[in-house]
Amino acid sequence: MSPRHHRSNLLWTAAGLAALAAWWLVYRQLAAIAGWAAYSLLQLPRGSPLGSTMEFFVYETPKVLMLLVLVVFGVGIVRTFFTPERTRAMLAGRRESAGNLLAALLGVVTPFCSCSAVPLFIGFVTAGVPLGVTFSFLISAPMVNEIALVLLFGLFGWKVAALYLGTGLLIAITAGWIIGRLKLERHVEDWVYAVRTGEVGPVEEHLDLAARVTAGRDAVGDIVGRVWLYVVLGIAVGAGIHGYVPTNAMASIMGRGAWWSVPLAVLIGVPMYSNAAGIIPIVQALLGKGAALGTVLAFMMSVIGLSLPEAIILRKVLKPPLLLIFFSVVAAGIMAVGFLFNWLL
Amino acid sequence: MKKIQILGTGCARCQKLAAVADEAARALGAPYELEKVTDLKQIMGFKVMSMPAIVVDGQVKLSGRVPTLEEARRLIG
Repeated sequence: MSPRHHRSNLLWTAAGLAALAAWWLVYRQLAAIAGWAAYSLLQLPRGSPLGSTMEFFVYETPKVLMLLVLVVFGVGIVRTFFTPERTRAMLAGRRESAGNLLAALLGVVTPFCSCSAVPLFIGFVTAGVPLGVTFSFLISAPMVNEIALVLLFGLFGWKVAALYLGTGLLIAITAGWIIGRLKLERHVEDWVYAVRTGEVGPVEEHLDLAARVTAGRDAVGDIVGRVWLYVVLGIAVGAGIHGYVPTNAMASIMGRGAWWSVPLAVLIGVPMYSNAAGIIPIVQALLGKGAALGTVLAFMMSVIGLSLPEAIILRKVLKPPLLLIFFSVVAAGIMAVGFLFNWLL
Repeated sequence: MKKIQILGTGCARCQKLAAVADEAARALGAPYELEKVTDLKQIMGFKVMSMPAIVVDGQVKLSGRVPTLEEARRLIG
């Protein structure tokens, strides 16, 4: 590396560390700032519904948005190291089990948008990635996304976020493995296999640190720019519930006692489509009114992970039996997770 | 004449790429033809794995994200 390059990297790293330190200093003060805003600035009485609501809102909004910016930036940089082409090369020809695990993990870090589902599927399958392994990737990519994890962490704590991550990966691995075992290759549309593989595609870009940081910054502008309003709305809903709604208003319908709440949540959630941020207001509302955590997580997973638009897109490459089995296995996995949590927590 | 093809099935980023490519090509001045390819089978012919993608004179230049105007000019010019 040339001395100029070296110096430029050092400057970038120094700037990055300074920004991180500044972020941390502000973050630590948020709770105090929220208390000041609600009780000193607005003169609301402590313990009053409006006071609680305002404190919650002023604390949670910048907190979650700051977390979101940090994580999307970080993940944006990580993703510059993982292109679909590289992921495909890593998965081609892998045995199952190990392949399923790797595919599920790669699904989290490889850039993925639902419009890419089909080209990606075809690219994987024609390059020799086993069908089950491809599905493990297709399940974890949309469902285990960093936005969902950040929001869950910011609003409900690291345990809930970790649970979502762990079970999401588990579903991706297991469902993919099961589909692989069922030997359903003949239910992939015939024209898919007719597409020739061949050379990798566009030239792999060699990015230096500055370019990677720019990619991270672009990701923040793109993703946070699109979801911030949903996040604020979600927190507003949560704040209102926090201050005004008596607890357990919904416990009878969605609480732990109602066993059928999990299948119902999954059934409602599967056809729905929303980005991870949009579902948060609903999650806040349900949890705030006494719904069981397992039911709510199952609902969230089924909304984000499976959807009618996705089914329509995948129908182009999967014959109906395979599409149906795919959705059923994943839905069953999500239900199992929902039941497990309701039972454990 | 330069042939520019935008591969995408219609999501927001695909439209954005088409707009950026159009603007970049126009800024370059030379005559060009811009085509939006939305048929999946045709898109797969280019062997891309993520959309949107931009193809110039039959060669895939970029896939998976929307380039800046500067980048687009470099890719097309």
